Amino acid sequence: MASRKPFYLLVGLLILAGASLSLHRHYTYDIPWLPGEKRQTWSIEAKVEFEASGGEVLASLAIPNTQPGFTQLNQQTASPGYGLAFTERNNGGQRADWSIREASGEQALYYRVDMLLDPYAAPPSPSLPPPLKVSIEKEPYATAGNQLLDRAQERSSTPYTLARELIQEFQVQSQNAELLAQLKPRLNWVVQLLQQAGVPARQVHALFLEDGRRRQELIDYIQVFDGEDYQLFHPETGEQGRPENLLMWEYHSGPVLEVVGGKHSMVTFSMIEQEQPFGVALNQKFSENELLNFSLYTLPLEEQALFKGILLIPVGVLVVVLLRILVGVKTSGTFMPVLIALAFIQTSLMTGLIGFLLIVGMGLLIRSYLSYLNLLLVARISAVIIMVIGMIALFSIVAYKLGLTEGMKVTFFPMIILAWTIERMSILWEEEGPHQVVIQGGGSLMVAILAYLAMNNELIRHLTFNFLGLQLLFMALVLMAGNYTGYRLLELKRFKPMVEEK
Amino acid sequence: MSGPLFNWIKEIRDRYAHPGKLAKKGVLGMNRRNISYISRYNPRHLYPLVDDKLQTKQMVLEAGVTAPDLIGVIREQHEVKDLAKLIDGVHGFCIKPAHGSGGKGILVITRNDDDGYHKTNGQLANLGDLERHVSNILAGLFSLGGKADVAIIESLIEFDDCFTGYTYEGVPDTRVIVFKGFPVMAMMRLSTSDSNGKANLHQGAVGVGLDIGDGSALRAVQFDRPVLLHPDTGTNLYTLKVPHWEQLLMLSASCYEMSGLGYLGTDMVLDRQKGPMLLELNARPGLSIQVANGEGLVPRLRQIEALGNKHKMTVAQRVAYAREHFSRKG
Repeated sequence: MASRKPFYLLVGLLILAGASLSLHRHYTYDIPWLPGEKRQTWSIEAKVEFEASGGEVLASLAIPNTQPGFTQLNQQTASPGYGLAFTERNNGGQRADWSIREASGEQALYYRVDMLLDPYAAPPSPSLPPPLKVSIEKEPYATAGNQLLDRAQERSSTPYTLARELIQEFQVQSQNAELLAQLKPRLNWVVQLLQQAGVPARQVHALFLEDGRRRQELIDYIQVFDGEDYQLFHPETGEQGRPENLLMWEYHSGPVLEVVGGKHSMVTFSMIEQEQPFGVALNQKFSENELLNFSLYTLPLEEQALFKGILLIPVGVLVVVLLRILVGVKTSGTFMPVLIALAFIQTSLMTGLIGFLLIVGMGLLIRSYLSYLNLLLVARISAVIIMVIGMIALFSIVAYKLGLTEGMKVTFFPMIILAWTIERMSILWEEEGPHQVVIQGGGSLMVAILAYLAMNNELIRHLTFNFLGLQLLFMALVLMAGNYTGYRLLELKRFKPMVEEK
Repeated sequence: MSGPLFNWIKEIRDRYAHPGKLAKKGVLGMNRRNISYISRYNPRHLYPLVDDKLQTKQMVLEAGVTAPDLIGVIREQHEVKDLAKLIDGVHGFCIKPAHGSGGKGILVITRNDDDGYHKTNGQLANLGDLERHVSNILAGLFSLGGKADVAIIESLIEFDDCFTGYTYEGVPDTRVIVFKGFPVMAMMRLSTSDSNGKANLHQGAVGVGLDIGDGSALRAVQFDRPVLLHPDTGTNLYTLKVPHWEQLLMLSASCYEMSGLGYLGTDMVLDRQKGPMLLELNARPGLSIQVANGEGLVPRLRQIEALGNKHKMTVAQRVAYAREHFSRKG
């Protein structure tokens, strides 16, 4: 007896790979197990207003990119008459640049971005710490600042604790704080002192997202780096971490808005919260994504729809395998039921069933006449195919005339398969009588309906399309079924007489 | 304790056997037959020998095993015209596809006279009907997957009168399962009016389990249910005893060396003059033989497997071993 170890190893590997792939997709890409889950997206509109002085105008607005917590979906602008370019600065900051040759009076430029609330967002590039720069202050500010910094350094160990303690120190040593505030705002001092202590830090401009808010302004946060990582700190309270719904708008040490050729410039924000089915959200998320993301969402929509169908076939095949091996159902043609089930998906079940029975029934009648003609097999099958096509055309026309648009859908049936089904049934009828035709035809239809119910299930459609790893699990199941040596369900009935006696 | 659910469970218990009980009885299931016996003991490359009846025929003739005479082979459509010449003067014959399965496409002509060709069920056929049948065979109507096929014409067996009364039309044949050269289980298949003269159990033929020891009837079933009398002729089936039993077992056991297949179904008939004759071989013999014998195959197959491959036994030794160990009369 050959060792079954390699077999079980293979099955085990398939299960492991399939399960881990699926889990990976669930946890890394945040794809839900259940269909119909919604994802929160924010539509944020920035309105840039300024007074143009009559000449050339160049307006540059910092714009947010995908960042921890948010994935950028799409962006659009409305700015009549302006030329527009999305550019990237050397420091990695994204900007929208508007330009126009001549403009005067009040100007309003709009920029809109959709951000997906996404705990698994992957920023395109890591956030880079700003270069350290040490500025020399004049007395007495230098001494006051150093006092604050020294106290904070005594009570801290890491860059983050230093930042927290420093902000706290501004509250404790209020006299020093007040003195420093005369020269520049507290936030700038905190950043400068952190830099002086060798900790890269910068001021960032962020936006609190609240549904339905209009004319909001950016608020300031301090971004403190520890190597590659960073943390946000509230400049007043010293609270560490990014509050939920805080979107960093400008975080590359650049200005939020630059306007050349205008004055009184300002930018305000309005935002709304939207619920989108996760499929739509994912489509947008993956639409312009990189190669390493192996997902069907990167395909064009048409191919996606095609794959939705193709990936269901293994489910149908699995149903057939289980019903044949575990139950022992007889079908006419091994995978004919799967093809019929695929047709049912297109036609809906009732229409499909009625159409199928009508066509096969009529086909059997006409085929019984063909028997008398004594034809060669290939010619006879061809005749049946033509006959099937004729019947499909006839049914479509009759259904249309009667106003039954549903009836038109019979065209979705695979005609060659129907022709072979009719041929097989007909031979079965001649050789073994109508009883066997009912048994095998009924068996095929039953399997087809079960396969249809499985393949048309919303959950299964969702899972097969989003978790390619499931295909490996199906493979493992089919392999295991191929190794099943137990009794079939129908054999239990067949061999019943053997255990009845004595 | 009653109610619809309880009744339903009770009904299930009435209609379905408990798998544990079947396993205890050693009943071989389809999946297990395929995995543990057919795919393990029957090398794939030997299948054509038994699936193609023409190759079987040639192998049988070379091995000198008694089998019905080959009258002719029709391979191409244009040769169909020669059918009349081939069967001219032959009293009874049978036309079969080389790749038929489950007894499909076998046409038996018992005699021909001025009225035409007499089929086993008493119907008449003319030459045109026969030619059409041959064309159908050539086009692959009866072969698996509709592959083009060839038609074999064999002389009819003059079957022994000892079975008159046990069968309704058709030829009674004896099926012996040969495992690694040992005849492990046997049954006789008797056609009935339900089976249209065919000897397939699922079509309604009667299966009579035969004692490996002496070839006498152990049990008879139709449609998997025990029967006492033949449904058409009313003969007591338990009085059946196959003559030339030893010779028949030797013939079937020798098919192991000839075909190389470890798990084999041999179909044999008794000819009035020549005794047991090999009709055909089957690499995937069915499981109904267990129902006919009222016994599972697994214990016997295990016993043979336990013998191992150490000592080579001759055909006669194997038959003797089987008759000694698998006899149920005693």
